[in-house]
This record gives sequence, C-alpha cells and structure tokens, in this order.
Amino acid sequence: MAIKTEPITINLGPQHPSTHGVFRMRVTFDGEVVVDLEPVFGYLHRGTEKLAEERSYVQVVTLTDRLDYESSMTNNLAYVRAVEKLAGITPPERGLYLRVTASELQRIASHLITIGFMLQELGVFATVLMYCFRERERVLDMFEMLCGARITLSYMRPGGVTQDAPREFWPALDDFLKQMPGYIDELEELISHNEVVLARMRNVGILPDHLAVDSSITGPVLRASGVQWDLRKAAPHEVYDRMEFDVPIGAKGDTFDRYLVRIQEMRQSLRILEQCRDQIPEGPIKTEEPYFIRPPAGEAYAFVESPKGELGFYLISDGGISPYRCKIRSPSFINLTALKEMTVGSKMADLIVIFGSLAVNMGEVDR
Amino acid sequence: MCSEPTGGILDFCSVYRLSAGLLPSGAEWAAFALAAVFLAFIVINGVVAVTAGYTWFERRVIGRFQARIGPNRWGPFGLLQPLADVVKLMTKEDLVPEEADRPVFNLAPVVLLVPALAVVAFIPLGENSFLGRVNVGVLFILGITGLNTFGIFMGGWASRNKYALLGAMRGVAMLISYEVPMALALAGVVLTAGSMALSGIAEAQAVPFALVQPLGFLVFMIAASAEMSRAPFDMIEAESELGSGYHTEYSGMKFAVFQLAEFMAPVVNSVIATVLFLGGAEDVGPIPGQVAFVAKVFLLVFFLLWVRTTWPRLRVDQIMAFAWKGLLALALVNTFAVATEMWLLLGADAQLETRDLWIMTAANWVVAIAAVVVVANLMGQRKIRPEAPVPSPLAKMAAEAD
Amino acid sequence: MYGLGMVRSLAVTLKNLVLPGRMFTVQYPNRRINVFDLAKRSGSNVLAYSLKNPKPALKALIGLASVEDRLPQHPRFRGQEFTWYEERCTGCASCAKYCPLGIIRIVTSPSGAFMQEGEKYDIDVFDIDIGRCMFCGLCVEACPYDALHMGSGFEEGSYSRSQLVIDVERLKKAPKLPSVWFRPQMESAGYDPHAGVELDWRGAGRHEKPSVHDQEETWAKR
Repeated sequence: MAIKTEPITINLGPQHPSTHGVFRMRVTFDGEVVVDLEPVFGYLHRGTEKLAEERSYVQVVTLTDRLDYESSMTNNLAYVRAVEKLAGITPPERGLYLRVTASELQRIASHLITIGFMLQELGVFATVLMYCFRERERVLDMFEMLCGARITLSYMRPGGVTQDAPREFWPALDDFLKQMPGYIDELEELISHNEVVLARMRNVGILPDHLAVDSSITGPVLRASGVQWDLRKAAPHEVYDRMEFDVPIGAKGDTFDRYLVRIQEMRQSLRILEQCRDQIPEGPIKTEEPYFIRPPAGEAYAFVESPKGELGFYLISDGGISPYRCKIRSPSFINLTALKEMTVGSKMADLIVIFGSLAVNMGEVDR
Repeated sequence: MCSEPTGGILDFCSVYRLSAGLLPSGAEWAAFALAAVFLAFIVINGVVAVTAGYTWFERRVIGRFQARIGPNRWGPFGLLQPLADVVKLMTKEDLVPEEADRPVFNLAPVVLLVPALAVVAFIPLGENSFLGRVNVGVLFILGITGLNTFGIFMGGWASRNKYALLGAMRGVAMLISYEVPMALALAGVVLTAGSMALSGIAEAQAVPFALVQPLGFLVFMIAASAEMSRAPFDMIEAESELGSGYHTEYSGMKFAVFQLAEFMAPVVNSVIATVLFLGGAEDVGPIPGQVAFVAKVFLLVFFLLWVRTTWPRLRVDQIMAFAWKGLLALALVNTFAVATEMWLLLGADAQLETRDLWIMTAANWVVAIAAVVVVANLMGQRKIRPEAPVPSPLAKMAAEAD
Repeated sequence: MYGLGMVRSLAVTLKNLVLPGRMFTVQYPNRRINVFDLAKRSGSNVLAYSLKNPKPALKALIGLASVEDRLPQHPRFRGQEFTWYEERCTGCASCAKYCPLGIIRIVTSPSGAFMQEGEKYDIDVFDIDIGRCMFCGLCVEACPYDALHMGSGFEEGSYSRSQLVIDVERLKKAPKLPSVWFRPQMESAGYDPHAGVELDWRGAGRHEKPSVHDQEETWAKR
C-alpha cells in the first residue's frame, strides 16, 4: 500500500548557511528527494556593469575586484586585457610574468576556499576549512607584499601592473613553492581516501560531458566532466604559451571529480609559478599610459581562465574616457545553468554538496 | 525498606537512613522525599557542572584540532566561558513562533533533558550507583535513552518550521534504527557478564570487554554516537543543510536546555561505555578506581571529539542503510559468536575464568576482522573506487586566439 | 579502503593537533602568554624571572597574563589614515578628480607662491571621507608631487560617521608614517612605516623641492 504524501517546498536561502552568500533555491522536496528546483538570484546585484559606464577605464579596475572577491587578481586580469585589446596596448614582458604569477597564486587561494567550503558542506565542522584558510593566508600575505591589500587588490592596470614585486616577495614565493606541495599532500591524505567523503561525493551530481558543453559550463566543473578544455592551453593569454603544465580532467563529472580536479590544478599552478620565478626577465613592468585612457571607438572581448571558468569582459568604446558598455561573462553565473539537471532526483544533502562543488560566488553571479 | 546495610555513602539507602534518623518515626514518607530531593539535587547539579566543563573542553580541543586556539579569554585558560555562555543565553529573548504548538514547544527541551539526567543515577561510580545496586541497569538505560526521540520530534513538530520538521523526521528514523544494533551489542556484554546490573558488569570485567568483544564495542560506540547525533551521524542538526535542525526556532533558555542535553550526551555515553566495556571503576594496578574511571571517560570523550572534527557527515539514506545492513549484521555476528563461545567455555559451575576470557578475546578479534571485511564488501565499497579519466571527444573546440 | 582511509584522516588531524607550528590564530590586540614566553621576553630564565616578579609570573601560570601583539605588516600595506605633506601639495586636486568614489573634497585659494611647475595654492579644505573610502590608492597614484600617501595603520574605527571624515587639520597633525605603496623611491630607500620612524617631506618625494627663488627663476619667469 502506498502512503499518500505531499511534496513540500522550501526556500533554501537567501539566508542559509551554505548558499555562498545570498543565493536562493526554491526547492520542492518529496520527503528528502529533490523533485524540482528553481534558482533565484539578484540579491547581491550592485550594478557593476552600469557603474563601469561612468568610471574611467582605470577606475573600473577597482570595481572588478568586487566581482568574485575570492579571485580579484584574475578579475583584474580579464578586465585590463579587454582594455588593452581595445586601446592597442602591449604590456612589457616583466609585467606579463608578474600578472601570471599573481593569477596563479590567486588560483591556488580560490581553489583552497572552494575545497574548504565543499568539505564544510559535507559536515566536517570547519576543520578542512581552517586548514585551507591557513594556507590561503600565506598567499594573501604575498598579495599584501605585492600591492598592499589582501582581498580587494587592484593590482593590475592597462599596460602592466602597478608596482614591481618587492625584494621580500621572491624569497616568500620560494618558501611557498617549497612547502605547498606538502600541504596539498596532507589535504589529499585528509580528504581523498576518507570513505565517508567518498560515499558522499562519488556518483553524486553527475554532469555528463555533453550536458556540460551544451550548458556552456567552463572551468574545473567542465574539466571534471572529462572535457580537456583550458583557455590557458586553448587560447594562451599572457605568457601561458611559454609555460609547461597539464590540464587535469575528471573521470565522470561527479562531485568528487570536481574536488580532485581542483587539487590537481593547484599542483599545476605550483608548476607554473616555478617556471615564472625562473623565467621572469628584468625590465619595465608597465607601459606609460595616460590616466584617462581614450581608446578609439570600437569593441573588444577578452577572456581569461579564472579559477571558476572563463571570465570575459566585453567592452564597447565610443572614444570617450569611460566604456560605453561593459558586459561581464561571469563563469559562476553560467555554471549554475545545469544545477537543476544535476540535482533533481538526489537527496537534500547532495543538493548542498553539488552546489558547493560548483563553487559559485554570488558577487559574480549577481554582479 | 533499606534494611540491609550497603557499602556506599552517597547512595539512596544511606541518605534515607540518615534522614529517617533525623526525623521523628512515622514520617518515613518525609524522609523518603527528603532523600530523593537531596540526591536529585546532587546528581543534576553535578552533571550540569560536568557538562559545563565539557563544553569548555570540547571547544578548546576542537579549536586545537582545527589549528585555532579556542576560548581563552574569560577566566584562566577560558574556563569561565561556559558561565559567559549561560549568561548570554539567559539574557536572550525567549521567542515562540506564533504558529507553534505552545505546550509541546515548551515541553520539548525538558523531555530531551530528563532521560540524560536519569541515566546518571544508575551509573556505578564506585561499587554502587546513586540508587544502590539496581539489577536491571542495562535494560533501564536502553529504555530511557530511547525517550530522547520524543524530545526531538516534539521540538521539531511543534515549531512549525520546515527545516525543524525535516530534522525531526530524520531524527526519529535514525534514533529508532540505531536502538536495535545498540541493544544487540549490549546482549553480548550481558551474556558474558551474566548480569544485567551495571555494577555486576563492571565487576565481571577481569579483561575489559572492549578487548573481549571488539565488534560489540565498535557497534556500541557507532550506535551511541548516532544516538547522540554526533558526527558522522549529526544529520538531525546538519548545520550546512538544515540551519540547525529541530531546534531552529528555539532561543534563549530553551535553546540552552537543548544544548545542555546535547552536550551531556557524549559525557553520559562515554560513562556508560566505560562501565560496560572498559571495566568501570575497577582499580587498575595502583591507580584508584575513580581516577581510572575519569581517565577512561576522558579518553573516550577525546576520541569522540577527534572523530567529530575529522569526518564528514553521512547522508540520511546512507545512515539508515548503515544501521540496517551493516551494524545490525555486525551486532548479530557478535552476539552469535559470544553465545557460541559461552556455550563451549562455560563449565559446570557456570563461571567464566579469566583464561576463558582471553580465549574469547582471541577468537572474537578474528571474527571481528572477518566480519568487517565481509560487510564492507557487501555494502558496496567497490562503488567508491576511483576510475582513470578518459578525455572527452567534445574538447576539440577551436578558440579564437587574440 | 575498509575504513583505513578514515583512520588516515584521523592521523592528519592528530598531526595538526600535536605539531606546534600548525596553529595560525593571531590574538589581537593582546595575546595570552605563558610563563616561559614571558620570561623569555624579559630575557631571563623562568626561575629567575619568577623569583624577581612573582606576581606576573603567577598570573601567567594560571593563564591570565597577556601582552600586546600584532601581525607584522608589509610596508606596502594600504592603510587608513592618509599621510599628507603640506609642503609638497600644490592643491592641484588630481587626487579628488581620480577618486572613483568622489570622496575627496578640496577647496583652495591662491597663495602667490610658486612651485616647480606652477602656482602653489593654500589648502583651505581637504576632506577625505574614509567612511566611504575603499583604499584602492588611485588618489596616491594620481598625485604628481608625491604629496598624498596611503597611511599604514588600520585602527580608525569610530562610533560615528562624522568622525570618519579626515579634515585638513587632522591630516596636518597626523604622524607621517606613509605606506610605500606606489612610492618606489621610498621603497628603494628601504623605508618601513611599521618601524615607527616618521618620514619628513624631503624623503617622501622623488626629488628635492626647489626654493621659491629657484622656482621663480626656472619656471615662473620663463
């Protein structure tokens, strides 16, 4: 005899411990099983794109810091690349190397946050999160050396970077490169073999490769589905074409693969950082640009492989001192498109973990 | 009543005789009430004080596990932190949702707290418990700890909150399931000791039962941590999923009572496990029994914290599957093995020698390892094995380089 | 497998509990100190220290002693109270123009004095509303005469928004501890604001300021 039951609808968020800010999911549950899910966003909308239209090209850099506040460096990079393309600026070599160094450090910091919060959502009571934050702290210290800030960095400018790395930066980077592999091993020892983690994350929230490509998902989430697609390899920007690194992929695109891809990407980032340290040439770090850049009328789209995926800036110039239009292609927003397909039919606890493994950042989703 | 003398000083009969001596004859009922109130006062306040100390200990130890410091500001080494917490919680507004079922809502914290307190009266801290030698201790513990299901469900149902309701539903399903393996694990202990009294079981342990019945100890500890909804079975609260589960809507002093019951559970459970499996308050060489008892409880509590800070929580269906497919099987194997050994080893005098216990130890360890391997394989550990990645053909996209 | 992975994770957390260098919490503004560290700070061993100062030693023994502590900051740290050199400022208001938020307000009046490349103005009003400031440092980047620098502190919190507006008097009186952010000349001179040594206006700029006479000779009369 079947018992007649009613589905219940729950608003997960905007105030919820694991919605990464102010995301809201209107979820219909049949008991514990998700039968329908509707993402609702816009709670963190700050009008970045519109604000950019009344700022000068350099001033917009400070706005990009606040998009995905876990990876300000790559946001800066994507934006300044768009401006450079628009205005036809070629940054000097040393500036490019410093940019790559900073972006790869940022990638490690961002992945650490993602892994920490993913495990927090599995219910490890913040232990892994604290370990991850401890290592991230070292990256932030290096950012403080570079540009005097830890989160909202504003380090890059059209034409290069604001300042050369200080003397104490390179020994700190050496230390970091020496010690970080050990810490990543320790993280793996803590997480990768734990049967509870495996039981919770294996075969949960599987994203097939064709669905990932069809939903234009990018970044580690796409690579976890087995698609070897990394813009640093596919369309090398900055000096990535001179770097030697692998693009790790996952076996079948479940939550555990998304975690594993991020761990492996951190190792690859360390490889890139080592090469940067060895290859970086002497020379200027920035071209002399006027404070109010006036690019010729036209449009440009530039992208980088940010820790979350393809981050692109589309700028239209009318020849004035500020962009006529600024459109941001934010990876977090687009990675959310397949959320319903991934979660329907799974349990409530899985829903939280799947959402955590996508690593969306609401600052970037709502812009 | 209480005509025979007992060895203890602080058990019910001694207190009753003392108060009966002070009161005029014919007022036995008054002496009875006086003794009951006096003992209840001591037990409740003692347990609450221990729990307060335990919250400090838990926060400091988990802090150190997480590379943090933990509370260290209020008082020496932060020892007065529980006091500060209580003052803070008492000054909070006591909110009751308008839609809530008021009487049930108010009753729920008490219903959760009372069983945990009642258990303590039966724990033999020396030769006797507070109630003297109770010959059905194990049965009483199993019965009364099952009552906390009511507290959780009342709290979750009465608050008219969907998160609270989900947490309560999970709680009822889980707590009832884990009663079964827990009771079966205790069956082995009762069989070996030949007694249902906690003090009798403690005395029977020439070799600690944790060694004699590793499988029973394992099942009991797992089931106990599920009973008190601690990691990796803390899905009743499941902070990252449900806010805070069944007590989402509680605030102020009622919330404090829930927290008290929750923090009392590990202490009480460790105490029970110490009595049943680690030899209770028996002297260990030159160390007096009470000191050894506290040390064993401390070790168990530390282990529970260690687990809590390391392992993630299981999913609701996995928890249920684990109880019925894994733990129940293991508990049955244990009971069967112990029963068979008892049948073989029990001599004409129906007494187990220490030598017999060592033989059982050896046999049970072999059984335990074999059973765990078999059950792990049956429960599908092949499913979680990693696979080698295969690049997808969809990656052959062209990117416009700039 | 068979639960051994879970045991391995337990080993990792135990390692973090036991190893001393793993803790990363920094207590601010003061930290609890044990008696050994306290004795080491005063440069003697525990026994000698406890005999000499029994009261603080006892306090440290029961975990009640605390000492001031803070993290080392890097010289480029973009701090809160701006450092401003009146002697270098011409009142050009580039900083106000370049501020993305428009929180700098400058009112000037002609002074009759001349500097390298133009007239020097008297600064009547120089308000920076740090309640709205995001410390991006664009004003510092814009300053052509190295007159405005980021500060190096971070303890400007207050109970009312009006106190967060830095006016010209406060700028003049503030200790001159500029951050070396976007000031390579100070960095190459090895200046560190967190060492606590104030920097006067001569050291802060890229070049010496010429005298009024020189300025008139070289620039104004040309």
